[in-house]
Amino acid sequence: MDKTINQKAWFLVLPVFLVVAFSAVLPLMTVVNYSMQDTFGNNQFFWNGVGWFKELLDPSTDLGGRFLASLGRNLFFSLVILAIEVPLGIVVALSMPREGWTVAACLIILALPLLIPWNVVGTIWQIFGRPDIGLLGYVLNAIGIDYNYVSNEVDAWVTVIVMDVWHWTSLVALLCYAGLKSIPDAYYQAAQIDGASRWAVFKAIQLPKMNRVLLIAVLLRFMDSFMIYTEPFVVTGGGPGNSTTFVSIELVKIALGQFDLGKAAALSLVYNLIILIVCWIFYTVMTNAGVERKVQVESKPAVEPKPSAGLVPVPALKPKEGVA
Amino acid sequence: MARIDLVDLAHSYGGNDAPPETFALKPVTMTWRQGGAYALLGPSGCGKTTLLNVISGIITPSRGKILFDNKDITPLSTQKRNIAQVFQFPVIYDTMTVGQNLAFPLKNRGVPKAEIDKRVAEIGRLLDLEPYLNRKATRLTADAKQKISLGRGLVRSDVAAVLFDEPLTVIDPELKWQLRSKLKALHRELDLTMIYVTHDQTEALTFADTVVVMHDGRVVQSGTPAELFDKPAHTFVGYFIGSPGMNILPAEVRGREARIGGHVIALNRAYDNLPSGAKIEIGVRPEFVEVVAPALGLLTARIERIDDLGRIRFARARLGDAKLAARSPAGFTSADGNAGLKFDPSHVHVYADSLLVEGAA
Repeated sequence: MDKTINQKAWFLVLPVFLVVAFSAVLPLMTVVNYSMQDTFGNNQFFWNGVGWFKELLDPSTDLGGRFLASLGRNLFFSLVILAIEVPLGIVVALSMPREGWTVAACLIILALPLLIPWNVVGTIWQIFGRPDIGLLGYVLNAIGIDYNYVSNEVDAWVTVIVMDVWHWTSLVALLCYAGLKSIPDAYYQAAQIDGASRWAVFKAIQLPKMNRVLLIAVLLRFMDSFMIYTEPFVVTGGGPGNSTTFVSIELVKIALGQFDLGKAAALSLVYNLIILIVCWIFYTVMTNAGVERKVQVESKPAVEPKPSAGLVPVPALKPKEGVA
Repeated sequence: MARIDLVDLAHSYGGNDAPPETFALKPVTMTWRQGGAYALLGPSGCGKTTLLNVISGIITPSRGKILFDNKDITPLSTQKRNIAQVFQFPVIYDTMTVGQNLAFPLKNRGVPKAEIDKRVAEIGRLLDLEPYLNRKATRLTADAKQKISLGRGLVRSDVAAVLFDEPLTVIDPELKWQLRSKLKALHRELDLTMIYVTHDQTEALTFADTVVVMHDGRVVQSGTPAELFDKPAHTFVGYFIGSPGMNILPAEVRGREARIGGHVIALNRAYDNLPSGAKIEIGVRPEFVEVVAPALGLLTARIERIDDLGRIRFARARLGDAKLAARSPAGFTSADGNAGLKFDPSHVHVYADSLLVEGAA
C-alpha cells in the first residue's frame, strides 16, 4: 500500500504512447473520419454519417454488391486453397525423409517458393501461363486444351489457385514436418509392436501430434489468403471481368482507382473487423483445444453433485490418480 | 509363451563388415527359458538395449539367429513376433481412452469385438486400471501410463515375451516400488517370459530370478542374484554388483596362496595352472574382509574414512596404489590410521585377465 509516488515513470512510457499514436491510432482514426464523409476532391469533405456502411452491407447498391461479391469470392478462394494445401502439406511432410542429406535437399527445395517475393511469384505465373510465350499455356494449348486465363474465368481461377498452392504448400509442409520430427521413435516402435497399419499409425500418432502445428498452419494460410492481393493482381488484374477480384483488389480499385475515400475507408474498416473476428475465433479455438480435453476427463468422475467448478480442487488431487 | 534361444547373435550398427571389436553386441549364444524373469543389467552403452531391440525385432541382427520355441524368427517383423515391449518413456495414444489404448493391438489384429472387450476388462482389472478405462489416457500420471503401455502388451493372449526397456526411469521412487511388485505379481500370475533392461542393480536383483550382466557388448555372466554376488565370473560383475563393489587387487598367486606386497593371503583352493603372462588379480567382497588392529602377518592398509550405512559400516582404505573397502566391526577404531586386513579365504576369488579361475579343491 505504501507505494512511493513518483510520476517520473510516465516519461518512460511516453515514447511508446507516441509511437503507437502516430503509427496506429492516428491513421486508424483518419480512416474512421474518412468513412463518415464524402469527398469530391479539392480537399472538400461532406458529412455522410453511417451512410457508406449502410450501402456496404446492402447488396442492391453498387458498393454493397461489389463488396459482398468480392467477399464471397475471397471466402471461396480461402476454402479451396485450405482444402488443397493442408492435406497436400501433410502428405508432403509424411513422405519427406527423416534423416540423411536428403533432408537438407528437401528443406531447401520446399523453402524456395517461400523466399520469392509476392509480385515475382505473380509475374512468374503470369508469363508461365501465357498461351503465346508461356511454357504452361503453350503446352496446354498445344495438346488440345483450350486454356487462356485472360479470357476464361475458370482458367483464371485455376491459375490463381495453382499459383497459391505452389507458393504456400511448403509452409504447411514445413510446419507439419516440424511436428512429425518431434515424435519420439518409441511411438513408432510401440505402434509396430502393437501391429498398427500405416493408416492406424497416422491416425493414432502422427495426426494427434501434428494437431497444434496444423491449427497454426490453417490460421496462417487462412489469414494470408483472405488478405491476398499482389499475386492475383499481377496475374489477372482481377479479371476476366470481376471474376478474380478479391476484397483487397476491390478496395484498391475504390480507393486509388476511383478516389472514393469515404467508401474505401468504410470498406477497409469492415474488412479489418472481419479479420479481427476470425483471428479471435481461431485464437479461442487454439487455446481451448488443450483445455477441452482436460475438462472432458475431469468431469467424468464427478458424478456426485458438483457445487461449482471453481471450488473443487480437482487439480490438487490429480497427481495421486492412477496409484490405485 | 516361448523359449527364446539366441544362436551366435551379434549386431553392429556399422554393418556386418565392421571390425569385431566395434560391434555393439558381440556374439552371444544363450537360452531364455519359458516363464523366466530375466534382467539385463549393465551400464549405459553396454549393448543391453541393442540386445532387447534385436529380440523384439526393431533391429535386425547383423549375424546369428533368434529362435522362439526352436522356430527361426530372425527375418520376421516386429508385428509377427508376438512380443510386447515397454519403453523407457510411456507411449500413449493421446486421442484414445485408456480402454481404447488397451484394445488397440487387438483391433489392429482384427480380433472380434466381444473378445476385445473381454480381454480389455481382464487386463484393466489385472493392472488396477478399471476406474480409468473410459478416460482419456493423456491426463494420467506417468506410472499409470506405463501400466497402459504394459497392458497393451499383455492384452494379447499369444504374447511370447514381455520386454522392458528401463520402464521405471520416469516414475517417482515410491511408486517404483509398487510398480515393480506389480510386475513380479503379474509374472507369477501369467507365466510370461519377461526380460527387463536396467542399469540399476537393485531393480535387477529384486525383479529377476536370472540376471544377465552385460559389459562392453558382451554377456559376462548370467545367473541368480546369489551367484552373481558370491561368485562373479568377471571382475566387472564383482565391481558392478554390490555396494560397495568387489575389491579387485593385483596379486601373485601360487598354489593355495596369494601374495600382495610380500604378504600372504590364504586361499581355499589351489591355483597351479594359471595362464602365464595373464594379469592375475584377486577379488573379494568388502563383506568378507574385516579391518582389525594391525598385527604381524596381516596386510596393513591405511584407513581413509569409515562409511556408516546404518546396519553395517565399511572402512575405505588404501593399500599402496589400490583402494579397497572392508567391513568395519562395531567399536573398531584405528589409533594411527592403520589397520590390519583379515580375509575370509572361502570368499577370495582369483581372476586371470578379468575372468574367474576355478581352483582345484
